[in-house]
Amino acid sequence: MTLDEIKPDQECEIVDITSEGIMGQRLLDMGFIPGTRIKVIRNAPLVDPVEFELKGYHISLRHSEAKQVEVSLL
Amino acid sequence: MSNTSTKIMVALAGQPNSGKSTIFNMLTGARQHVANYPGVTVEKKSGSFRLKDDRVELVDLPGTHSLTSYTLEERIARDFLLNDKPAAVVDVVDASNLERNLYLTFQLAEMDISLVINLNMMDVAEKRGIKINTQKLSQELGAPVVPTVGNKGKGKEQLKEAILSTSKKGQVTPFRINYGDDLEPILDSLEKRLSEETEISGRYPVRWLAVKLMENDKEAQRLVGKYSQKSGVILRSAEEKREAFKLEHKKSPQKVIAITRHQEAQRIVEASVTRSREITRTLTDRIDQVACSRYFGPVILVATIYLIYELAIVQGYKITEYTWPVLAWSRDLIASLLPSEGFIFDPFFRSMPIWVVDGTIAVLNYVPIFLILFALIAILEDTGYMARMAFILDRIFRYFGLHGQSVLPMVIGGLYVGGCAIPGVLACRGMKDEKARLATIMIVPLMNCLAKIPFYVLLIGMFFAAYKGIAMFFIATITIIIALSVAKILSLTVLRKKESAPFVMEMPPYHIPTTGGVLRRCLERTWLFVKKIITIVILVSVIVYVLIYFPGISKERKAHYISQSGQAQQTFLKKIGKDSPYASLMAGDNLMEFTRYWRDYKKAKMGAKGKKAKQALDQEFREKNFEFFKIVKRGKYKVKGEMIKDKHAKKVYNAYKKLGKTTNKLRREIKEETIITSYMGRAGLFIEPLTRWAGFNWRVNIALMSSFAAKESSVATLGGIYQSPPGEKHRLEERMKEKEKGWTALHVLAIMLFMAMYPPCIPTLLMIRLETGSTKWMLFATFYPIVLGTIIAVLVFTGGNLLGLSGMQAMIAFYILALIFLVLMGLIKREPEFT
Ligand SMILES: Nc1nc2c(ncn2[C@@H]2O[C@H](COP(=O)(O)OP(=O)(O)OP(=O)(O)O)[C@@H](O)[C@H]2O)c(=O)[nH]1
Ligand SMILES: [Mg+2]
Repeated sequence: MTLDEIKPDQECEIVDITSEGIMGQRLLDMGFIPGTRIKVIRNAPLVDPVEFELKGYHISLRHSEAKQVEVSLL
Repeated sequence: MSNTSTKIMVALAGQPNSGKSTIFNMLTGARQHVANYPGVTVEKKSGSFRLKDDRVELVDLPGTHSLTSYTLEERIARDFLLNDKPAAVVDVVDASNLERNLYLTFQLAEMDISLVINLNMMDVAEKRGIKINTQKLSQELGAPVVPTVGNKGKGKEQLKEAILSTSKKGQVTPFRINYGDDLEPILDSLEKRLSEETEISGRYPVRWLAVKLMENDKEAQRLVGKYSQKSGVILRSAEEKREAFKLEHKKSPQKVIAITRHQEAQRIVEASVTRSREITRTLTDRIDQVACSRYFGPVILVATIYLIYELAIVQGYKITEYTWPVLAWSRDLIASLLPSEGFIFDPFFRSMPIWVVDGTIAVLNYVPIFLILFALIAILEDTGYMARMAFILDRIFRYFGLHGQSVLPMVIGGLYVGGCAIPGVLACRGMKDEKARLATIMIVPLMNCLAKIPFYVLLIGMFFAAYKGIAMFFIATITIIIALSVAKILSLTVLRKKESAPFVMEMPPYHIPTTGGVLRRCLERTWLFVKKIITIVILVSVIVYVLIYFPGISKERKAHYISQSGQAQQTFLKKIGKDSPYASLMAGDNLMEFTRYWRDYKKAKMGAKGKKAKQALDQEFREKNFEFFKIVKRGKYKVKGEMIKDKHAKKVYNAYKKLGKTTNKLRREIKEETIITSYMGRAGLFIEPLTRWAGFNWRVNIALMSSFAAKESSVATLGGIYQSPPGEKHRLEERMKEKEKGWTALHVLAIMLFMAMYPPCIPTLLMIRLETGSTKWMLFATFYPIVLGTIIAVLVFTGGNLLGLSGMQAMIAFYILALIFLVLMGLIKREPEFT
């Protein structure tokens, strides 16, 4: 499944990043690497974007961007 | 000073918000220089400090998470490191976020740089129970490690020492990442090939180039293509190896490289950091539970925006009431140094400089607003709430090719009623998404700036007096509706090819800003603004002056006015009679002198409030010239405490009043004739056949064109064109109604909408040039609103007339039409997402 399908307060582990270009690089740079645990904190008031926590810091992504992160639920 | 001192260049690099600028200020103190990197709008701060005999020149690089070639900031930081080759680089690391920060440190080391690791934010790390073994860290990285608390100035001297000794040693930090058995052989062979080519290996670190080629970095490929003879072979081989690697390992080298860096960072952190507690952000989380929640989030956001608007625009405007007299006083001071005015014609070297000074102080008048605005923006940035604003609003703005961060510039520009486009454009600075940033810059001037308001009030008073509130609401919200549609159209057309960026945004923990930091940034930005804008405003207002006042009225007309004025003066002298004791006082040049005295007195009296001020004023003028004083007081004055009634003086007063009226009438006629026959006036007449479709006659054309210099002048110009007949004092809207009997509410609606879409004023255009780094965008920002405004005005006026709509009906119809258009624009598919 992909990161955009995870509900707030659920935790999961990153399996892979499916995009290669600028988006993929940005995600890798921000620490979205396989094996990392990531938690969905909350959706924005209008549902998009979403805030995540990984490695002790918080990052928000649009759903379309989170779709490029493959995860497995913990 | 010793002449043995050498200048050593040192750069500050680090991830965003690690405290680079704070460290920069700590090291350099007040000596700093803010400019832009060539061709782009990213701020370049440089400064210097001295240590014993050496002078260190420090450059603050933009904060980046990584050093790819995908974003502007990263390219700038990277190019600086590669091309300017600083003697040492201070890597400012957020000690409370060591692992993520090391990711950048590794990339810096790969560039053959002499690094000084600056562990900043030690206080935060400590509070979070993070203990860092600096010795171990230094060993691991092969670079000196200096802990600091930037905002408290702790560790300053140690950092200076480390910078100096490192840059003097000139030894490159030896640390290199081992990318593993799969990748290292490939990197090795690429490195070998690149080393054989002296031109490129002399310029750039080959290991770095090899890694970048495996990452498929376009910029590195360009460098190889440029400086390597066998670039074709090398690039092709890199490409083949990349593809082969991907096939074999089911992962791109790019991914493996990033993963390895993160793993290495993790390893080093595990080896050198002990944590007594788990990382928690309890306070930030608790705040965000409210600040980003479904219902309270938007409420708090609106309240924040309202507060900014209230504090900066409303209260700032009130402050200008106190600062304005100072500006007005300096204007009068300058005026008093210029050649004095004439009876009906003022000398060029008086009217032109005054015009320029007026234009300049009109802009300077906004400085209090800017100061407050910039301070509030700095606070928003420092607290971390800015990221939350973008988080909450992104969903809406994205539909129109904008970004969550677009909201602040729009608020400042005048999202509701009253704002200023100049700081609005400036506030677009922080936006990483170039496409959204340009779109925002282009629509900020469509907001309702303070200077447009008097114009609206005037026109609403003419035809929509019964619906003032509704009309104001209409104009305030229609501009947002139109601006959003425009942003979408631009992003689908002219901005189509511009670089966009993923949203990926950090949500930093909340943080209490320091007063010093906020003040410094606010003053810095205001000063930058004043310096840049004022010089050019002066230049441009000279040009506009020429357009409005030249070629001037013909010789015959001039002679005609002079003779009329002469006749009036003769009449005046005749009226007071030869026998009057004041006859000689008013004869010849004395009359001009008295005229000046009279004008000064009238003006001063208008400004004087309260009984005391008036008395002081009288005393002053009495001392200036007692004889003249007798006349301006209509012959009622005191001598030795006794009230005197001077009949002769009263007679002169009455006669002069007539003369003054005639003179003023002549001056107005001259002004009107000058404007009509000026280049701008001719243009206004010339385009009348066209603008008729929008309901504009030549008078309106001139008023609209003249407000180009500064919108404040639109009402003033209208005032000049629609003068009240002598002796009658009607308000401007009544005078306009009187002169434009054929006007309907439709005329006024069309003019108002055109004003709403009016091109940015000249200072804003300069700001746009500055912030886009391009004259083309500045010209675009000038002309697209004219086209848009014309289309809208014609649509409303001609369309309304054809359908026989009243002003109110047309207003509602147009509003609905614009809303439908907006929804349609929002529905158009956005760009394909990033992959
Ligand atoms: N508690 C604490 N705060 C610090 C320290 N150093 C800097 N800050 C604060 O951290 C915030 C960010 O500092 P900046 O100097 O603007 O960070 P920067 O690296 O220049 O940020 P960018 O230019 O956006 O990359 C400011 O509010 C500083 O006051 C520190 O050692 N301790
Ligand atoms: Mg900075």
